[in-house]
Amino acid sequence: MKPYLSIEKLTQRFPDGAGGDMTVFEDATFGVEKGEFVVILGHSGCGKSTIMNILAGLADPTAGSVIMDGQEVKGPSLDRGVVFQNYSLLPWLTTLKNVTFGVSARHPEWSKANVEAHSTKFLAMVGLDGDVIHRKTSQLSGGMRQRVSIARAFANHPKLLLLDEPFGALDALTRGTIQDELLKIWGQMEQTVFMITHDIDEAILLADRILLMTNGPQARVAESVEITIPRPRSRTEIVEHPNYYAIRNHLVQFLGKRSKELAGQPMQPGEMNKPATIRIDKTTPSDDPEDTQTVLRAVNS
Amino acid sequence: MYTLSLSLNQRAALLSVLMLVVGLLVWEAVIPGQKAVGELTEYEILTGAGAPKAGVPLPSDVIAKAWEQLSDPFYDAGPNDKGIGIQIGYSIYRVLTGYFLAALVAIPLGFLIGMSPVAHKALNPFIQVLRPISPLAWMPLALFIIGDSEASAIFVIFICSIWPMLINTAFGVAGVRDDWVNVARTHELGALKTAFTVILPAAAPTIVTGMRISIGIAWLVIVAAEMLVGGTGIGYYVWNEWNNLDLTSVVFSILMIGIVGMMLDAMFGFLQRRVTYVE
Repeated sequence: MKPYLSIEKLTQRFPDGAGGDMTVFEDATFGVEKGEFVVILGHSGCGKSTIMNILAGLADPTAGSVIMDGQEVKGPSLDRGVVFQNYSLLPWLTTLKNVTFGVSARHPEWSKANVEAHSTKFLAMVGLDGDVIHRKTSQLSGGMRQRVSIARAFANHPKLLLLDEPFGALDALTRGTIQDELLKIWGQMEQTVFMITHDIDEAILLADRILLMTNGPQARVAESVEITIPRPRSRTEIVEHPNYYAIRNHLVQFLGKRSKELAGQPMQPGEMNKPATIRIDKTTPSDDPEDTQTVLRAVNS
Repeated sequence: MYTLSLSLNQRAALLSVLMLVVGLLVWEAVIPGQKAVGELTEYEILTGAGAPKAGVPLPSDVIAKAWEQLSDPFYDAGPNDKGIGIQIGYSIYRVLTGYFLAALVAIPLGFLIGMSPVAHKALNPFIQVLRPISPLAWMPLALFIIGDSEASAIFVIFICSIWPMLINTAFGVAGVRDDWVNVARTHELGALKTAFTVILPAAAPTIVTGMRISIGIAWLVIVAAEMLVGGTGIGYYVWNEWNNLDLTSVVFSILMIGIVGMMLDAMFGFLQRRVTYVE
């Protein structure tokens, strides 16, 4: 049974400027289930954004395919909404018009009033209402702009929502607030989300599963780490959870050390570039209360 | 103690009025008045020395002239004697006709050049050669091919106003941020819808700047063109009054050219403010 979103043997090469090719990643294979929140973590230059652009249909892979809901992804589509790091709002439109822009593209048959009501509802879901929604986006703070962008994406009910480092340009406090907004709206919508980030804590707070990428070139999606912390989560409570630091340490170790060690190894013939599933769960009752070893169960699927 | 507190604008306006008054007074003072004609010999009278000589007019003469002309701007007393309003009307009609024809060509073509690097590279040499040609240099060719002086003047306006609009449109369209185009793509907008709802508003400030430069150039050129083709228009009026040695009318019409040009520019300035956005 194929997953809802299936990335199969995806390869991306760019000319290296010296007549040869530079392989960003090769034969990357992984899947995302419906309703799942998957975050991809990795250093700059590992090809995260390239994967994102391919999923969005804004770029074409050198080889391999992306299959969503039984159909191959070809070109951009309203079924795959994108929230860009720099918000990508249209500055000559008001906040509300930026959202209705998306909604009326999705539902051309809706009446103007209907489109506006729908848009207003989603703006309210990210905490924007009243006078603010009639302002031009240039008059909004960075955090508010990203909320508009999130509202625009969710209002369209895409089959897959792609978030490209959505909080990268925001300060830590604003980032926290909007992560909460994102969790809230995601919880109501059962939206399938694929997100890029650099921020480990953000990834743990939001994700069902974290994909870890080694450094590029020839990057691999090396591990798929399940986040074994129950939802609903809040940033103050998850740090108390016994699994939190175990998972966090694993991620830090990977990004700090192993992403380099595993980097740049060409594919062995017949080898699959498929992430190993890692499940870290310290809540499993242990016979020995003195046992402080991390329970590490690596299951290769 | 009483202090005069004026806003920045009030102070500037006061200074402007002051400069105008001083300028006019200096002008009035330095121009010697027409000398009273003294006793003339019969010979002098016969050779025309008694007739008033043309001189640089005094500001008061110009103001009197302006009052006279502007109180009845649309009179028409034959081919060489029409009101200033009619003359300016002809000029504006030619400028706007040539200008809008140019916009009709330049803006779509600019879109094409801006969106297609191939079109840009292919058309660029032609643009670079044609652009620096003085619009008046086209006049003989236009008169020969078109035959009609009126249409030739419009053609000259067309050819001079096309370039800034074309280049600015291409530049503005090419410079639209990829992010915005990607927004259109991820929302599955068609080419036409993308052009009108994303690229046009995004490039509008640059396009309107080009349009504003073009209308300025068109207004500069029409005066020269009308001096050549004659018949009607403010350019012809200036030249005609020069032939009549009516320098008061010349100075007055120069002023009117400036005022109309300012109003045309202000219209596009207003449009520019409307389409400008802050990122």
